[in-house]
Amino acid sequence: MLNLVSLILLFPLIGSAINGLAGKRLRKETVGYLACGAVGLSFFVSILVFCGLLLLPPEERLFEKRLFSWIESGSFRSLAALQVDPLSTLMILTVSGVGFLIHIYSIGYMHHDKGYHRYFCYLNLFTFSMLLLVLSNNFLLMFIGWEAVGLCSYLLIGFWFEKKSASDAAKKAFVVNRIGDFGFALGIMLIFLNFHSIDFTEIFSAASHGNFETGNFAITMITLLLFMGATGKSAQIPLYTWLPDAMEGPTPVSALIHAATMVTAGVYMIARCNVLYTLSPFTMTVVASIGAATALFAASIGLVQNDIKRVLAYSTISQLGYMFLACGVGAFTAGVFHLMTHAFFKALLFLGSGSVIHALSGEQDMRKMGGLKSHIPTTYKTFLIGTIAIAGIPPFAGFFSKDEILLEALIRGNFIYWSIGAIAALLTAFYMFRLLFITFHGESRVDHHVMEHIHESPKNMTLPLTTLAGLSFAGGFVGIPGASAINHFLSPVFGGHGHAEISGAETAEHHGAGLPYLMMVISTAIAIAGIFLAYQMYVKKPGLPKRLAERFRFIHKLLLNKYYVDEIYDAVFVNQIKKISTQILWKGVDVRVIDGSVNGIARLVGGIGNIFRLLQTGYIRNYAFYIVIGCIFIVVLAVFGR
Amino acid sequence: MITITHYLVLSAILFTVGVTGVLIRRNAIIIFMCIELMLNAVNLSFVACAHYLNSMQGQLFVFFTMTVAAAEAAVGLAIIVAVFRNKETVNIDDINIMKW
Repeated sequence: MLNLVSLILLFPLIGSAINGLAGKRLRKETVGYLACGAVGLSFFVSILVFCGLLLLPPEERLFEKRLFSWIESGSFRSLAALQVDPLSTLMILTVSGVGFLIHIYSIGYMHHDKGYHRYFCYLNLFTFSMLLLVLSNNFLLMFIGWEAVGLCSYLLIGFWFEKKSASDAAKKAFVVNRIGDFGFALGIMLIFLNFHSIDFTEIFSAASHGNFETGNFAITMITLLLFMGATGKSAQIPLYTWLPDAMEGPTPVSALIHAATMVTAGVYMIARCNVLYTLSPFTMTVVASIGAATALFAASIGLVQNDIKRVLAYSTISQLGYMFLACGVGAFTAGVFHLMTHAFFKALLFLGSGSVIHALSGEQDMRKMGGLKSHIPTTYKTFLIGTIAIAGIPPFAGFFSKDEILLEALIRGNFIYWSIGAIAALLTAFYMFRLLFITFHGESRVDHHVMEHIHESPKNMTLPLTTLAGLSFAGGFVGIPGASAINHFLSPVFGGHGHAEISGAETAEHHGAGLPYLMMVISTAIAIAGIFLAYQMYVKKPGLPKRLAERFRFIHKLLLNKYYVDEIYDAVFVNQIKKISTQILWKGVDVRVIDGSVNGIARLVGGIGNIFRLLQTGYIRNYAFYIVIGCIFIVVLAVFGR
Repeated sequence: MITITHYLVLSAILFTVGVTGVLIRRNAIIIFMCIELMLNAVNLSFVACAHYLNSMQGQLFVFFTMTVAAAEAAVGLAIIVAVFRNKETVNIDDINIMKW
């Protein structure tokens, strides 16, 4: 069954090719079913591969499928080969599963769009790229997937490219990702220099067999550069600014980017390279600090945003920060676990917000919503489940993963990490319920023209919602502390290297058996406090937020403008580079040197021509005169030349 | 006694007159006549040389030249007539549209 793994990649690729090349001539239904079928088959094969992997004993759960030899140059060898192990299997299940649901949802959501086939072509290609990224067994092939994901995000964010803001957002995403990719590419080169291989298995076994001491400079550089790539792709400080703007794309695309593909790539990559990262305590500190900072920073911005999708975007950045915090303290399992549960509820929340936007004929501003509870009941119920899950109320999925991260942050990290994580959790619960209350509860502030058209979404949109709601509810049970199935499943990837990779529950025993339970109570209390606060502010006393905003006008404005980070980047980087480009590169190098030399040659030829042009007078007798002179010259030469 | 030298000198004078005419006159017909003059100057030297050398080859060439001259006169005059019809002039300084 493991041999089937290449089919997982093949189906979406074929689907994308057919829709891209012939989609215009196919009927809409065919295009939709083809795309969904392709990803659905991928998901089915992923399940088969997962079952095949489960049949093997845990220590043998590593399978390589060689496709072909790709590049061979001197000592550099790169195979196009796929790797099946617990980590990649978990990823393909999440990617193809959530991706499949988003595809189904898209059939309903994009039904009226004229770029229907183009959309599904990109969507399939996106899924393919992400699957390639997580399945590859070496850095180069991973890099191909990494870049292809970036390309697809560009195409899909700028899907409505007639809108200037959409094409700008697409360009921004592409350029910001480019900065991270630059670091990633350098990291790969450095890896080849140090390990003489780009193959995961070879590198990690070389690294774990003590060839490099802890804190080795080369390893630190490699991991930092790789992390630079991860900050770009996974939207961490300082390269997170593209993600909120990426909301310009269609809502299912946001769901796909935020849940299944793209932003999880960075977390996956760090989890994949856990051996290298654990060798460099400095990088680990950097990862954890940036993760914690991002979690808090993005959550605080999310508090005051009014665009329903933007709140969710900042929430994603914040949750990704959690995952990096987990990876940074060495709790890779917790990070990947949160990645999975986050994929469920974030996809649910995005698709739910898409359903709201769909019902309101494209309205995204929460100030123009309210009281939608009774109009779109299915959306409301599923959205509520997603919100509870992300807020971290037991027994929903988000509780287990977030609780585990907080616990690990306290045990392996320090109190500062824990407290930042806890504050971010409080903020998360608050802003998510603020979103829920403003959108679904209270009085309706909907425009009455829009109100007439308000309707619950069609079946093919609500079905993915209910499925994801089920997953958001039950998805956490694979990681119940103490009897964590996911911990056990992933242990061959994270545990087999002789590092201090002890599951949270075991470590807790050294700190006293009560700690995990105490932590559970505390994190539940934090979540409930956040919800209570939101309830007080947005349901009980609706005037309170406004008064608070006026009281703390400076802070409110700062948050509303996202700490002016975009403006600062514009002033410090974008405009400076523009200035250099215009003044020196354009007006100096391009106009003067390049254009100048080309034009100069032309002018030289023209000048010489101008001299010779004088010979061509247009008077026949002048030409005849030249002939006579020529004749005389020849005669003279013939007579006297001897 | 008229020697070969007289013939050749006359031929040279006629040829020079023809060349000068081609170079300095502006009327196409006169230029044309000057060209005929040059051709016939050459014919004269051909015949004179043929007589002097007792060879028929020179005389033979004269026939060729005369044939070509006749053909050229026909074509050339036709061109001049055509140009005159278009431009109402035979002044070659005005016929300069081939100039860049």
